[in-house]
Amino acid sequence: MRLAGFYAFAAIVVLLPTLFPTNYFVTVVGASAGLHIILAVGLNLLMGYAGQISLGHAAFFGMGAYASAILTTRFGWPSLLALAAGLLITGTIAWLLARPILRLRGHYLAMATLGFGIIVHVMMVQATQWTGGPDGLAGIPPLNLLGWSVDGDLHWYGVIMAAMLLIVWLSLNLVDSQVGRALRAVHGSEFAAQMMGIDIGRAKTRVFAISALFAAFAGSLFAHQQAFVSPDSFNLTVSVELVTMVVLGGMASTFGAACGAIALTLLHQGLVVFEDYEMLVHGILLMAVMIFLPQGLFVGLDQGTRRLWAAFGPTRLR
Amino acid sequence: MKNLWPTTLLATLLLASVHLASAAEPIKIGSFLTITGPASFLGDHELKTLQMYVEDINAKGGVKGRKIELIHYDTGGNAKDAVSFVKRLIKNDKVDLIVGGTTTGDSMAVIPDVEKESIPFISLAGGVEIVEPVKKWVFKTPHTDRMAAAKIYEDLRKRGLTKVALISGDGGFDKSGHEQLLKLAPQYGMTIVADEFYGNKDSDMTAQLTKIRATDAQAIINFGFGQAPAIVTKNIKQLGIALPLYQSHGVASKNFIELAGDAAEGVRLPAAALVIAEQLPNTDPQKPVLLAYKGKYEAKYGPVSTFGGHAYDGLMIAVAAIQRAGGPDKEKVRGEIEKTKGFIGTAGVFNMSPQDHMGLNLDAFKIVEVRNGAWKIVE
Amino acid sequence: MLEQLFQFLVTGITVGSLYALVGLGFALIYNASDVVNFAQGEFVMLGAMTAIALLGMGLPLPLAAIVATLVAILVGLLLERFAIEPARGASVVTTIIITIGAAIFLRGVALLLWGKGFHTLPPFSGDAPIHLGGATVLPQSLWVLGVTVLLVGLVHAFFNRTLLGKALLACSFNRVAAQLVGINVRVMLRLAYGLSAGLGAIAGILIAPITFSSYEAGVMLGLKGFSAAIVGGIGNPMGAVAGGVLLGLLEALSAGLISSGYKDAIAFLFVLTVLFFEPTGLFGHKAAERV
Repeated sequence: MRLAGFYAFAAIVVLLPTLFPTNYFVTVVGASAGLHIILAVGLNLLMGYAGQISLGHAAFFGMGAYASAILTTRFGWPSLLALAAGLLITGTIAWLLARPILRLRGHYLAMATLGFGIIVHVMMVQATQWTGGPDGLAGIPPLNLLGWSVDGDLHWYGVIMAAMLLIVWLSLNLVDSQVGRALRAVHGSEFAAQMMGIDIGRAKTRVFAISALFAAFAGSLFAHQQAFVSPDSFNLTVSVELVTMVVLGGMASTFGAACGAIALTLLHQGLVVFEDYEMLVHGILLMAVMIFLPQGLFVGLDQGTRRLWAAFGPTRLR
Repeated sequence: MKNLWPTTLLATLLLASVHLASAAEPIKIGSFLTITGPASFLGDHELKTLQMYVEDINAKGGVKGRKIELIHYDTGGNAKDAVSFVKRLIKNDKVDLIVGGTTTGDSMAVIPDVEKESIPFISLAGGVEIVEPVKKWVFKTPHTDRMAAAKIYEDLRKRGLTKVALISGDGGFDKSGHEQLLKLAPQYGMTIVADEFYGNKDSDMTAQLTKIRATDAQAIINFGFGQAPAIVTKNIKQLGIALPLYQSHGVASKNFIELAGDAAEGVRLPAAALVIAEQLPNTDPQKPVLLAYKGKYEAKYGPVSTFGGHAYDGLMIAVAAIQRAGGPDKEKVRGEIEKTKGFIGTAGVFNMSPQDHMGLNLDAFKIVEVRNGAWKIVE
Repeated sequence: MLEQLFQFLVTGITVGSLYALVGLGFALIYNASDVVNFAQGEFVMLGAMTAIALLGMGLPLPLAAIVATLVAILVGLLLERFAIEPARGASVVTTIIITIGAAIFLRGVALLLWGKGFHTLPPFSGDAPIHLGGATVLPQSLWVLGVTVLLVGLVHAFFNRTLLGKALLACSFNRVAAQLVGINVRVMLRLAYGLSAGLGAIAGILIAPITFSSYEAGVMLGLKGFSAAIVGGIGNPMGAVAGGVLLGLLEALSAGLISSGYKDAIAFLFVLTVLFFEPTGLFGHKAAERV
């Protein structure tokens, strides 16, 4: 069932650019949505399954991006090696941070992750000799995949979507694995999970690191795609947006997180028609969705179609 | 064959209408500005200026008989959005030319795409790195931060002051201004005796200023925009520091004087002539241009800012180039922008060349001082 | 040097009291509903901007301040009625996202009403700095300090001495139990939103002469207030004040003694360390484990 959904999703992702290969909304906005899906799916592992909120997820995204940017421009590393180094650095930091930070709960955990995000952001702004400061770092070379230099919006769509499908697939499998079941037990009741012999600390540390790795991976791709990084792409607003994506789409569901990521990406593009009323409409929409679909868009859509199906579908004919 | 005539007529009409439509098709100017976010009060003036003058040009019959259509997006000061919206301008809206980019970060972020897609781009941001080294398709109209730094040092030298304390914000504008101040200091014989920072949304800078007070600084330079420089100005007065204070062109607006109140008295800064247009001698060729822009803008929206002026300069340079090129052909327009000579704008007289994609010199900047709650030109 | 250090301490305490004042509002709503209200900073902005607008219309300052506070309370009540109440039963995270939506909405309204510029209020008792030893402080900062102390006392007394306050607290401990003993949870929740909006507005009006205000001013103040409330131990008004002053002192001291560029990073590093050793903040409840 889960994988059926995955294949349908993959088919749409592949079909869209073949039908509209030069359409801005498919290639550029699509690629942007793809990156957001990777980030949201990763954050959802932490929030939806392990029940741990993070208001500093953009920091990991930024660490991956800056690792790629700095290593390729300042040290001339090949892009794939820089990507791997970015993953290694971010993964190590996340792993070291996980134990002490995950001892915290609820709002205290939110505060600690927020503080971590701010510390990383301050570094990006202030360590000008490395990061280029607030004006950012330009001239990042294109991603080189074993001789193929990724260039142009259509190619980037392909690369990012392939990466995204891989992450979604990994996430779906992870959720069904032993680790996933342990996580859900932790979310349900930590104490009970512990009683059943689940090593909570290890399960949570793992998912925290995996979630950070997904974000760093997206960051590396982002740096090469934009050929430019600056701290404002990794600030608190971005972290809050990522949390919003996960909750808006529907927590504890990989497709829900993906749905939220797509919705917010499209919303951002669509809202521009409102000009000065943009924020007003944005706020109202966000509130309305959460009031009327508290379980998130994905569950809402799912139930809606089921209800429609029940009302007008073939079962009625029987 | 009896239906031949009506069919032919219809076909001719169709072709004619298609032809007419294409002849009257508007010239599309794209723009991406910071309408919300920290630099929103810069982008706000820029957008209003662009809208007002596009309307004006269209009312007068457009350019070469074709109307101008302005398509704009808000980046929120986020470089990622700037890139995505510039792609949208190029690919989806198919604009002929871009005038925009409120901040240096936004402008730098879109340069790879602009160069790749070969589309003329006039930036409205201050960073010197936008046009240095020269990029084929990229131009800019505001003075650079390097010019601001040079102008401040020139004035300090005239007053015989050589030991300066720097205090700057953490935004792109602040940081690159700070960098230029450090770089130019030896050239003007200046010694930096303190170098402090603050966050642009901080509410108090007395800690940093207390440190500065303990040094032997002879003047303080604060590079920033928004409310923070006004807080710095007030904090300096609160601490009773009697050193001359220099601000950057980022606060050259009435709003700064309103916010800082009495503490603003005696503050000096380099600014475009727009803020002191009335005080220019009648012989100054810039004066009529400045007064015309100021009069028109203030009649519709209230007090002008030099940042709106940069948008005026950018739009007018673009329109003149399209006029000379005989249409919006990108390669030709680019060539004509580069050939801009003696164009009198709000920021000064522009003389561009293949080596200089801004075309302003230091004379375009005036040192102004706050006296009795108003900007006065310093002779 | 000693004189400098003294000024850093004075600066830290005055800045810290701003954060504390904003943090108080967070504590209030949290106490009633377990929800961190991300629109709290927007209440602060709304109070300041409304007061500024009313002053501009010719109202005297005290009257403008009172009307602005009432306006904010009304907005708080409306927010609860039309956004929080319809979503009752939703998870805490969902409610938090609703408050984020509300924050964006309120910012959008302020943008339309008052534009993008910065505005200021005149200080209540002049601009002449007051000298304390070698340090100087603005009279307005003393206003902030004084009102913070007053409000903390009032909020503390409200929760500990009045039936209404205790009823409000009961709602957060156990909503069903509160309902069973006859507390009208819905009214309590509305009360909490109204009160904290009012608290926010008072904070905004007091702070505006020092930091100015704009449609976006609530973002930063909200962040600092939130941090203050959490570090102190959320839900405890005293904790919010302690957290705010601690944060202010950390910022001022690291700006003065270590590095002004990295001061926020140093302050938050310290905050993280505090949380690692005191996982429920300085004065938080040591809540029992849920089984």
